[in-house]
Amino acid sequence: MGLGAYVAVSAALFGLGIVTIISRRNIIYILMGIEMILNAANINFVAFNRFGLTEAGSLEGKMFAVFTIILAAAEAAVALAIVLNVFHLFDSIKPSEADLLRE
Amino acid sequence: MDQKALQRAFYGALAVLTLFAFGAGLVKAGGEGAAFALFAVMTLGGGLVCVWERSIVRSAFALMSTFSGVAGVFVLLESDFLAMAQILIYVGGILALILFAVMLTPPDMEERRLPRVLAALVAVGAGVSWIGWQVAQTAEWLVTSRPLDGTAAEVAGTFGANADRIGVAFLAPDQYVVAFELAAVLLTVALVAAVYIARRKRTDIEPQTGEGVS
Repeated sequence: MGLGAYVAVSAALFGLGIVTIISRRNIIYILMGIEMILNAANINFVAFNRFGLTEAGSLEGKMFAVFTIILAAAEAAVALAIVLNVFHLFDSIKPSEADLLRE
Repeated sequence: MDQKALQRAFYGALAVLTLFAFGAGLVKAGGEGAAFALFAVMTLGGGLVCVWERSIVRSAFALMSTFSGVAGVFVLLESDFLAMAQILIYVGGILALILFAVMLTPPDMEERRLPRVLAALVAVGAGVSWIGWQVAQTAEWLVTSRPLDGTAAEVAGTFGANADRIGVAFLAPDQYVVAFELAAVLLTVALVAAVYIARRKRTDIEPQTGEGVS
């Protein structure tokens, strides 16, 4: 299995994340799509770290992936708190319903 | 076609595709190919089910398959530490958070519109494959073909002690210590902020039930 196979899986996962975001009308689905996209980016980081022109034991891509996971965890916690608040305010979790700033 | 037949057709096609991918991987690259095909199918099939399903709980559990598949891909890419972190944080943490949000909000079974899902699948699939084709045509990647089974010393140095070396790199002053501490601060701030945003205001609680208990 070469680099191409991993990059293909990553691209397909990224596409599925985009599809989830644009085709579902629900904030929680949008969060799921974002998680998929971050996972796709992580696969790319680690695959290029493994197959790219790096030294045998290099860690750069893996460290980037670790930091991406940390950011994803922080993002998920805050985003879900926001989802609960939006539901509390608007009685709905459709993103099109949260339109307080629209005149 | 009614809903049930559609559901059966979708899962049938998914099962056939899984078997096909597994067989193709086994024939093309032996055991590693079969493992790769298994994890790729777990990843992409989970994502596909997540897009397809009407029930958001099933979507959330399909996401578990996606995250575990990504962890398997990490194992194939010789990053054992990342695979464990993926399972601990994504499957154990983020998925539980998503399930909490699912259970605290009302279900909406009519929200999925099949035409929109299919149109998005076709459009995004075409876009991603076009870009991938262009990249494959033009990019020249400098790629090493390090074999998985290198010399014994290399295997011991790169594979066995992965978590060790990541831990040292986190705290070595000339490597990632600043980013590591910043990540710790970020996580603290994010958790406190999440608690602050999600808590119920004192004015929301009825006077007879809540005496400042929040």
